[in-house]
Amino acid sequence: MLQNKIQDVFNEPGCSKNQSKSDKERKKGCTKALQPGGAAGGCAFDGAKIALQPITDVAHLVHGPIACEGNSWDNRGSKSSGSQLYRTSFTTDINELDVVYGGEKHLFKSIKEVIDKYDPPAVFVYQTCVPAMIGDDIEAVCKAASQKFAKPVIPVNSPGFVGAKNLGNKLAGEALLDYVIGTEEPEYSTPYDINIIGEYNLSGELWQVKPLLDHLGIRVTCCISGDAKYHDVAQSHRARANMMVCSKSMINIARKMEERYQIPFFEGSFYGISDTTESLREITRLLIQQGAPAELHDRTEALIAREEARAWQRIAEYTHRLRGKRVLLFTGGVKSWSVVSALQEGGMEVVGTSVKKSTKEDKEKIKEIMGQDAHMIDDLTPREMYKMFQEARADVLLSGGRSQFAALKNKMPWVDINQERHHAYNGYEGMVNLVKQIDLALYNPMWTLLRKPAPWDMREART
Amino acid sequence: MSTVIQSRKACTVNPLKMSQPIGGALAFMGIADCMPMLHGSQGCTAFGLVLFQRHFNEGIPMQTTAMSEVATVMGGLDNIGIAILSIQQRTKPAIIGICSTGVTETKGDDVDGYLKNFRATHPELDQLALVYVSTPDFKDAFQDGWAKAVESMVKGLAEPSSARREGSVNFLVGSHLTAADIEELREISESFGLEATILPDISGSMDGHIPDDFTPNTLGGTSVDAIRRMGEAELTIALGEQMRPAAEALMTKTGQPYVLFDRITGIEATDQLLDCLSQLSGQPVPGKYRRQRSQLIDAMLDSHFFFGGKKIAIGAEPDLLWNIGSWFNEMGAIITAAVTTTHSPLLEQMPCEEVLIGDLEDLEARSAGCDLLITHSHGRQAAARLDIAFLRMGLPIFDQLGASHRLSLGYRGARDLTFEIGNLLMAQEEENRPDSWPLPMEDHDAHAPFAFG
Repeated sequence: MLQNKIQDVFNEPGCSKNQSKSDKERKKGCTKALQPGGAAGGCAFDGAKIALQPITDVAHLVHGPIACEGNSWDNRGSKSSGSQLYRTSFTTDINELDVVYGGEKHLFKSIKEVIDKYDPPAVFVYQTCVPAMIGDDIEAVCKAASQKFAKPVIPVNSPGFVGAKNLGNKLAGEALLDYVIGTEEPEYSTPYDINIIGEYNLSGELWQVKPLLDHLGIRVTCCISGDAKYHDVAQSHRARANMMVCSKSMINIARKMEERYQIPFFEGSFYGISDTTESLREITRLLIQQGAPAELHDRTEALIAREEARAWQRIAEYTHRLRGKRVLLFTGGVKSWSVVSALQEGGMEVVGTSVKKSTKEDKEKIKEIMGQDAHMIDDLTPREMYKMFQEARADVLLSGGRSQFAALKNKMPWVDINQERHHAYNGYEGMVNLVKQIDLALYNPMWTLLRKPAPWDMREART
Repeated sequence: MSTVIQSRKACTVNPLKMSQPIGGALAFMGIADCMPMLHGSQGCTAFGLVLFQRHFNEGIPMQTTAMSEVATVMGGLDNIGIAILSIQQRTKPAIIGICSTGVTETKGDDVDGYLKNFRATHPELDQLALVYVSTPDFKDAFQDGWAKAVESMVKGLAEPSSARREGSVNFLVGSHLTAADIEELREISESFGLEATILPDISGSMDGHIPDDFTPNTLGGTSVDAIRRMGEAELTIALGEQMRPAAEALMTKTGQPYVLFDRITGIEATDQLLDCLSQLSGQPVPGKYRRQRSQLIDAMLDSHFFFGGKKIAIGAEPDLLWNIGSWFNEMGAIITAAVTTTHSPLLEQMPCEEVLIGDLEDLEARSAGCDLLITHSHGRQAAARLDIAFLRMGLPIFDQLGASHRLSLGYRGARDLTFEIGNLLMAQEEENRPDSWPLPMEDHDAHAPFAFG
C-alpha cells in the first residue's frame, strides 16, 4: 500500500526533473540514498509534519515512541490568525507493551481522548517507524475512529524510514488528496478564489502578501497549509486557480487538483520582487482565463507598478551602505535565485549560491540572473564553509540555522533565511525587510570589537 | 513523603518527556573529540540535533546510521560499520558514542556482538574508542539515557588501577547540571588544590566559546584518556541519584569508593560538598566560599518574605525536580504540583503530596492558582493560558538566551537563584484594594447593611 503510494509520488508527471529521468532512475525516487555516518536531514515523518502542522484548528496526533513528537514539538514558526490547537502536542508515546502486543488499541483510545477533550474539526494521525514495523494499521484505526466518533480522522502514512523530508511533504499531500480535499462544499464561491499550495506561513509571511491580494479583491480560500483551517482545506477544490510555491514540495497536490477538479495551477514564488510581480500577474491571468472580469488585469498592473516602485525606492536607501558587500547564499530551491536580484539591486555581490536542492530550471535561472560564470555550489562541507569565512571571502552568510556557525564562529555576520527564522521575507515588504536585516547584521558596531585581539595577544604578537 | 502515581491517559498531551537516545547523545557531547551517533532513522538524529542547537545555540556534532525501511527490517548492523568507517574517514574523532533507538531496538539488533566482530576485522581502528549504549525510545526518558551512557562509558573505558593519585577526584554529574554548574564545580575543587575529572563535561564543549579552528566533533569535554584513568582517583563524587549506577560500575571496576550527593542547590547541599572536598584534600574551606556562604544566608534573609507559603508547580526530570523542589521547600514555599518523566527512588521522598509521572497537560491542570510555574520552554503555552509567572528550567530552553550559563550549584548559584526567583515572586505580590477583605456572604444575608437616612 505505502510502497505503491511512494512509487506514485516518485512518478510525478508534473515534475520536470522527474520526467527527464529513465524509468529505472525514477523508481529509485527523488532522494539520494542516505549515507550512514554522513546523513544530516530530517525524515519522511518530519516532512509530513512540516507540511500539515500549519493547519491550525485540527489535532495533530503522532503515533509512535516519545522521540518523534517529544523531541520535536512546537519548534516551527508557522503562525495562526485564529486557533492555537496546532501548537498543542498529541502523541501516543508508545511503550514496550505496545511494541510487543501492538499499538492499535492505544491509538484508538488516544483518538477518543483527543476528541472528548479538545473537539477539533478533525484529527490527523501520523505514522512513525516503530508502529509501522510492528504492523499497526493506522488506516484501519482511523477508519474505525471516523465512523465511531463521526469525525474525520485522517491517516498520514509517512514513517520516517521510508525516506527524506521531501518525500514526507509529498506523502502528506497524498493524505490531503485522499481524505480531505473535496470532502465538503463551500457555501459560496467567487471568480476571484485561489489556493496557495506549499506556503507554511512561517513568521507570518503569508500576511506580507495577503494585503496585496485583498486589495485586488482576490480571495485566498485556502492556503495549504499555512494558517489553514480544516474546512477550508476540505472545500479548497472550488477555487478557480492554484498557485504552487516552495519549489516542488507539494506539486502532487497542485497537479492532482488540476486533474480532478480542473483547477489550473502555476508554479511561483513570493521570494524576491520580480517573483512577487510575476506571481501576481500569473494569478490574475489564470483567474481571468477562468472567467474573472478582465479589468482585474489593469488593477493588478497598477498595484504592481506602485508597490514595486515603493519597494525599490526603499531598497535604494541601503544601496550606498551595501554596495560591494559579498554575500554567500546557502539555501536551496527557489531561494537560490529568487532573492538574488534584490540583493544585486541593493548593491551587493552574490559570491556563491548553493544548488544542492535546486532543480535544472533553478540553475538556468541562476545563470540568467547572475551570468554564465555564476558560482554555483553543489555541496559545501561545514569545514569548507568555515574556511571561506575564516579567510573572509564573503562578508555575510544568508542560510538556514545549521550552517550559521560557519560565519558566526568566525565573527562574521549571518542572516537566517530558513524555516526557524524570526523575520518574514515574503513579497515586496519582505524583500525590503531582508535588505534591512542584512544592513543591520553587517553594520552592528559589535563586529569591530569582537575582531580586535585582546591587548596581551597584540603585545605578544609584536614580540 | 509523597505518593507517586502514573498518568493513566492513553494520549500524551504536550510532552514533558524527551527520549533516551538523545539524553545519551548529550552525555557523549561532554566527551572531547567525540562524535555521538544514533543507530536509527536519520530523523531520530535530526530532531535531536535541532533541539540541542536551539537550546545551546551551538553547532551540534551528531551522526546517524541512516536506517532505511529495508535496512530496518532486514537488520541494520552493517549500517553501523559503514557509519563508523565513514565518520573515521571524514572527522577522525577519538571516540564514537553509539545510542540505539526505538527503530533498531524493535528489531533487536545485537550491537555489542557486532562491534566485537567489527573490532576484530578492523585492527587499524584500535585507537578509536567505541562505546555503545542501548536506549530504546519506547522506554524510560532523557535522564535515563544520559545515565546509561555514562555507565557504559565507565564500563567500557575506565581501567582498573591500584595506583591512587593524591589530590585526584572524579565527579560523575547528572544531566541536570548546566555548563555553568560544571565550571563552578571545577573551580571549587581547584580551590582545594584538587585535580578533578568530570564526566561528562559539557562545560568544555557546550558552553558557547569560539574555537581556534573548525572541528566537526565535540569542541571539548572529558578526554578518553582521562576516563581511562578515573580508577586512579582517590574518590568519586556522584552528583544526582541518576549517577548511582555509573558510580557503582566504577567502584566495581576499580575498587574505588564513592559518595553520592543528590542535590547541588542550597546551603546544606553546598556545605556537604565543600566539607567532603575539605576532608579529602586536607585543606580548609577557602575564605571566598566562607564569604559566599554568608552572602547566601543574607540573600535568604532578604528574600524569604516572598517565598513563604507560595504555591509552586514544577515539571522536570526526577533529579532536577528533587534538587529544585527540595530547595523551594527549604525556602518555605509549597510544592502544589510536581510532574516528572520517569521513575526514581527520590520521587517518594519529594516534599509534596503527590508526584505524577505525566505530561504538561497534567501539570497545567494542577497549576491553576499557583504563584509560579517551573518547567522547560514547552511550558510557555500553559503559563500564558494560566497567566502565571513562568521560570524556564531544564532542557530544552529555546526561547531564551544563555541556558548553559544558568548557575544553580554552590553558594553563588543558590544566591543568584534566590534573588532571581525572589524577584519573580515579588512581582506577583498583589496590591491591597478597598475590596480585598469582603465580609463572608452569610453575614450579609443575615444582617441587612445599615442604610443612612
